[in-house]
Amino acid sequence: MHTISQGRLAFLLLFFAGLALYPLIAGEYGVDFVTKIMIYAILALSLELLVGNVGLVCFGQAAFFGIGAYGAVLLSPQDASASWLWLLPACVAAAALYALFVGALSLRTKGVYFIMVTLAFAQMAYYVVHDTPLGGGTDGIYLYFKPGLDSAIDLSKPHTLYYFTLVFLVWTFVFLAILLRSHFGRALAGIKINEQRMLASGFYTYPYKLAAFITSGGIAGLAGFLFAVKDGFVNPEMMSWHLSGALLIMIILGGLGYLEGALIGAFAFIFLQEFFKSDAIFGSFAKHWQLGLGLTIIACVALLPKGLIGLPDWIHKRLYGEKRIITEKMS
Amino acid sequence: MDLSTFLIQCLNALQYGLLLYLVAMGLTLIFGIMGVINLAHGSFYMIGAYMAFALAPMVGGNFYLTLILGVVLAVVLGYVLEWAFFSYLYDRDHLQQVLMTYGLILVFEELRSILVGDDVHGIQPPELLAGTLPLGDIMTYPVYRLFVSGMCILLALGMYYVFSRTRLGMMIRAGSVNREMVQSLGIDIQFLYRVVFAAGVAIAVLAGMLAAPISSVYPGMGNQVLIICFVVVVIGGIGSIRGAFFAALLIGFVDTFGKVLVPEASGVLAYVLMALILLWKPNGLFKAG
Amino acid sequence: MKYKQMFRVALLASALLGASLSAYAEDNKPIKVGFMLPATGTYTALGNAIENGFKLYVSEQGGKLGGRTIEYVKVDDESDPAKATDNINKLIKSDKVDVVVGTVHSGVAAAMAKVAKETKTLLFVPNAGAQAITGPMCAPNIFRSSFSNWQPGYAMGEVMAKKGIKKAVTITWKYAAGDESIKGFKDSFTKNGGEVIKDLNLPFPNVEFQALLTEIAALKPDAVYTFFAGGGAVKFVKDYKAAGLMDKIPLYGAGFLTDGTLEAQGGDAEGLQTALHYADKLDNPKDKAFRSAYETAYKDMVPDVYAVQGYDAAQMLGIGLAATNGDVSKQAELAAAIEKAEIDSPRGKFTISKAHNPVQDIYLREAKGKENVVVEVASKALADPATGCPLK
Repeated sequence: MHTISQGRLAFLLLFFAGLALYPLIAGEYGVDFVTKIMIYAILALSLELLVGNVGLVCFGQAAFFGIGAYGAVLLSPQDASASWLWLLPACVAAAALYALFVGALSLRTKGVYFIMVTLAFAQMAYYVVHDTPLGGGTDGIYLYFKPGLDSAIDLSKPHTLYYFTLVFLVWTFVFLAILLRSHFGRALAGIKINEQRMLASGFYTYPYKLAAFITSGGIAGLAGFLFAVKDGFVNPEMMSWHLSGALLIMIILGGLGYLEGALIGAFAFIFLQEFFKSDAIFGSFAKHWQLGLGLTIIACVALLPKGLIGLPDWIHKRLYGEKRIITEKMS
Repeated sequence: MDLSTFLIQCLNALQYGLLLYLVAMGLTLIFGIMGVINLAHGSFYMIGAYMAFALAPMVGGNFYLTLILGVVLAVVLGYVLEWAFFSYLYDRDHLQQVLMTYGLILVFEELRSILVGDDVHGIQPPELLAGTLPLGDIMTYPVYRLFVSGMCILLALGMYYVFSRTRLGMMIRAGSVNREMVQSLGIDIQFLYRVVFAAGVAIAVLAGMLAAPISSVYPGMGNQVLIICFVVVVIGGIGSIRGAFFAALLIGFVDTFGKVLVPEASGVLAYVLMALILLWKPNGLFKAG
Repeated sequence: MKYKQMFRVALLASALLGASLSAYAEDNKPIKVGFMLPATGTYTALGNAIENGFKLYVSEQGGKLGGRTIEYVKVDDESDPAKATDNINKLIKSDKVDVVVGTVHSGVAAAMAKVAKETKTLLFVPNAGAQAITGPMCAPNIFRSSFSNWQPGYAMGEVMAKKGIKKAVTITWKYAAGDESIKGFKDSFTKNGGEVIKDLNLPFPNVEFQALLTEIAALKPDAVYTFFAGGGAVKFVKDYKAAGLMDKIPLYGAGFLTDGTLEAQGGDAEGLQTALHYADKLDNPKDKAFRSAYETAYKDMVPDVYAVQGYDAAQMLGIGLAATNGDVSKQAELAAAIEKAEIDSPRGKFTISKAHNPVQDIYLREAKGKENVVVEVASKALADPATGCPLK
């Protein structure tokens, strides 16, 4: 985890370079589509920090996402465009604040109980927007004027939003990578491996976990802001447990314990959905797209214990036998 | 609220709580004993309800035969599923099992759509239980609901007996605490887990079949019960059969009286309750055992 | 070795990307209609019926509207508003459809209306009754072939007041469609001298009604007005009957209470009166022709209100395209033609308001066997108030 191998570095550079060049060849929809995946990737990264690196399985990430998104709509003026320079930090702060509240309480519990308490707090947020007129109720609420900064960075233009999102995706990735290699990150890794031992050696883990939780919530809020700006529409379903669940699926599918796992998982999950939904490939059977997706997921679990990030190893093993794994370990 | 209305509401709460317990019971087993976070639990419930609809014509519409046939099929299903999809996952990260069960939800939901279709169906309770009893001045109470409540209590007692009084129950409890130790004592833990999983699936399917005449049968019905089942199991204390029982009743009362007394907040009450309980007792109301 | 694998992965990824995103550059001879309807989840059957109805009309016209062949593209909207914007964008920007038809779920339709308005894409809403779509969000290029949630409620309020009912209780799920239906009911019921003594509701999609039924029994109103649909409607009617209330406190509702659900309700709904813009045994020639055609085209499927809404969406599109000779870009002319037209629907003739919602007869129906048989016209040529629509 702490040394980035050449292969991983090459993958990341290729990956981000590919994303940076993509709009040159993509159509209007392609740009939209990848913007969406990048937002999910940011969200998946925020969850990966907790699940993959601290061992805290949060089942309420959608709430922070939703708060960021609703913040963007509710804090924007009705009849003019807000500057993202203050709106974005405000949304992140709102999500982080709720994360502080949720984290402070739910970190008292452990394991599955933690999963369920985070779910409970997410459901509370969900019902507040679902059942009260505050956020437009069940039909959701529109963002009529997308935020901009004078005319230099106008987020209502798809390409601008694409690169804006990409910058934040890279920023999030680099930020988390640095964070995890810092003293703070090593403490988190220690908590993940054996919290009891940390506590026994006089290391008070609670503030570290809480800080990680708030960071994660804030990043999820950032993703929510971007999503609201992209769609210009928010709905209570953004906070539903289905999304929290899908995010967990993404990072497990990608491979836990690696930041790239979150990136791969988000892209793979959404690509697989699009693939199985495609009329062009499956014809009238495309309406049963969940079947293909489900079978693929089952096959992934059965064959790839480490998630998709273990795919190169797996292919190698099939082609050249077990040898490579050993040399890898030695090098 | 006058006294008679209050008493009827208590009956409603009790009856709903028992129904919840019936649905959550299979989850407690699989979740508490095998440590598998089984997201597909709702799907097994859904499969049960659809079995009640689809199997009935095959046995001449006899409700009880349908129940028996369904349970037998469910045991086979559970046994095969554990063998095919879960048996090699125990050594891995628990979250891998979550992913697996998520895949199963999608597959089951589509198979349901392909095999039975997407329409809403109603199931008639058997004639013997179709009547109603008078209650209060204008209300009546369906006998079938009382029958379901009775079945819940019977199942609960049966489970309790198996777990605390039989050798099988002892082995299962031991296996849930320490898999390796039980294995080294010469007990076939693989087989034991397969039995538990099959039992969990069978109970969920039975719950679906019993609930079908009350709830009707419709696409997506499994996902609706999934989360509330987890709430019940977690409030009660994971793996505690007694705990799940009391938690289900508690949720039944909170939901029933919440709808009447504070309708504005009724959706969120169960979650507030769960958060409060877990903050007060971080391991649920009853410790596993 | 590693780089080679990376390359392979990248190749695979770009192939997938290409497959899913490829935008076909075509000369646009046929008109592309994009269905954005539920193909999974609770509303699947409704989505199928709408699509069938739409295609039925088009095939009756020889597969052409306004002289141009109709081609279809589909996307499953999953009834998930959070994915709605992306789904409709896919139809508009990737599949390059000329017309979008969708959907059932109001929240999804709300998101669709915004995109359609901004991109000036023709949108036909074949079910979702959210008032906003033909209210604040109304636009020259957005049409609805179904109803607004307010309409059946309003008609039922009139009927119940006329029957001499004084005190009523309402019960619905706590969501926009339910609220709007209850609002319509109250508007006319209180105007005609009735009083709503209590509004009961429960969180969507909770179906544990027993507590509220007990509440109704304790309140003893003259009647109950309700809005439920699908699986919830089936269970509500069965529970209401089992609680012994059906004979003592008459139940009335928006038509979805008994539409497509009678078989599942298994006789418990017998005699229930509901209000909707469509009914069985309407006895007009158009309806007869539609029904027999539908039953021939789609075996084992019963024509229902959703199929009619899909059928009429196609009719409306056909009228517009006929006026512009198949030119979808002449939206003003297309809209003017639809606004002027009298649409010969299986539900009876109706017109389209300036806000583009049907101005239609709402029927009072009574459940008999497996049919909702028409009793009378509850409200003649009823128009939605279209509050907040600048077009009206």
